[in-house]
Amino acid sequence: MTTKDKYKKVAYYPGCALEGTGHAYNRSTKAIGKELGLELVEVENWNCCGAMEVKNIDPKIQTYLSSRVMSVAANEMDMDVVMAPCNGCYHNLKKAEYDLANDADSAQVVDRLSKKAGHKTYESGQVETIHALDWIKDTIGEDGLRERVKNSLSGIKIANYYGCMYTRPRHIFPEKDSGPGSESTSKPHFMDDLLEAAGAENVDFPLKTACCGGAHTLSDSDTSTKLVLNILKTAKLAGADVIATECPTCHTGLEMHQIRAEKTLGEKVDIKILYFTQLLGMALGLKPKKVGVHENISDSMRFLKEKGLA
Amino acid sequence: MRTFAELELALESATGNPDQHAAADEILRISEEVLEHWIVAKGAVPTDDTREGFRLLALHRQGTKGDPSFNACRETCREIAYHFNLVTLQPNDAETTDRLAMLKMISNHLYLFVSGKMQVAALGDFCCSSKPIRQATDVDLPMTKEA
Repeated sequence: MTTKDKYKKVAYYPGCALEGTGHAYNRSTKAIGKELGLELVEVENWNCCGAMEVKNIDPKIQTYLSSRVMSVAANEMDMDVVMAPCNGCYHNLKKAEYDLANDADSAQVVDRLSKKAGHKTYESGQVETIHALDWIKDTIGEDGLRERVKNSLSGIKIANYYGCMYTRPRHIFPEKDSGPGSESTSKPHFMDDLLEAAGAENVDFPLKTACCGGAHTLSDSDTSTKLVLNILKTAKLAGADVIATECPTCHTGLEMHQIRAEKTLGEKVDIKILYFTQLLGMALGLKPKKVGVHENISDSMRFLKEKGLA
Repeated sequence: MRTFAELELALESATGNPDQHAAADEILRISEEVLEHWIVAKGAVPTDDTREGFRLLALHRQGTKGDPSFNACRETCREIAYHFNLVTLQPNDAETTDRLAMLKMISNHLYLFVSGKMQVAALGDFCCSSKPIRQATDVDLPMTKEA
């Protein structure tokens, strides 16, 4: 079976953020899947991936939590691919996969906890975890998108922002940096490729994998606001109208601190923040509401109308 | 080594220098000093080595030893090196002023990332009350916990 065929039907792991602040990402991911004829089967009774909180306290508990999601997909749903659009979830499932293959202690803890919880222990290699970017890139690809575009993103200048967890640490993403066509950990380009195929003009954005301050949001909001403000201003300086995102934490942080920067620092940066799935959905002819533009914190409707997308 | 507050001020005024090569040199030096703070706080002596022609990249590599999370600024450092090269190797390019402005923005991100990370590392998560202490002492805080 080719990768293209394999990814046409995948286990969908939305994760906690996509049920809350990142709901627009959930809505738009499902909407473009439907539009493109791709099938998402939500992981039954999924749990938190362990995110940052659990990982900081006990990394092996995070490995177990992530492994349970993969175990349900593999052993209870008979799926061999899990697609996680959230960078945190994607990163944690990949990390769990790596740990289970390379760390006997982690495998022991996971086995013990799985037995205690009453489900089959996940064995390394049972599923392949992919990101929403891999999903679209490998099933539809740039040529497939070009054929399906109804409303070109032409005239929209985009800074693609990948955040810090999509490519780091490199060793948990063995498929990246693996030759022509693969994703790059130092200069990721999958989102650039897809949006360009939909007609957008990508700008050269030097902070595409820089920290957005997500981890500082509670402990030091001022630092997060300054980091986000710097990202917004850099994207603007690069000539962008829009920052495209592929992580709910980054997206929410950019939106919230854009407002906070204006309120606390008096600095307003007029740049729109949209999920790449929202942009692709509108390029495919979906209405803004179908891709959850009304669920974003920032208002981009006037801009989208000007560009003929709404 | 200048304090973080001094580095912030220096960065702010760096692009005011009409000599753009000198301005780029100054921004690169500021970026190196930001990393020096991190390395000194970890109890090490900042290296004078270079990697790919840049001390900045050698300092970054030194800063990640024992703390892989510091890799989150690896590409930021590489972008600083790249933009420094653009400004200094193509001084007559029509975009040099914009490139210098971009170099400053990237260096500012490094400054914000490292200074924010040091605050968390030194005084613990969820401790907003630590801010006045950091602002008062700025440097020489013991590193007690990973960010």
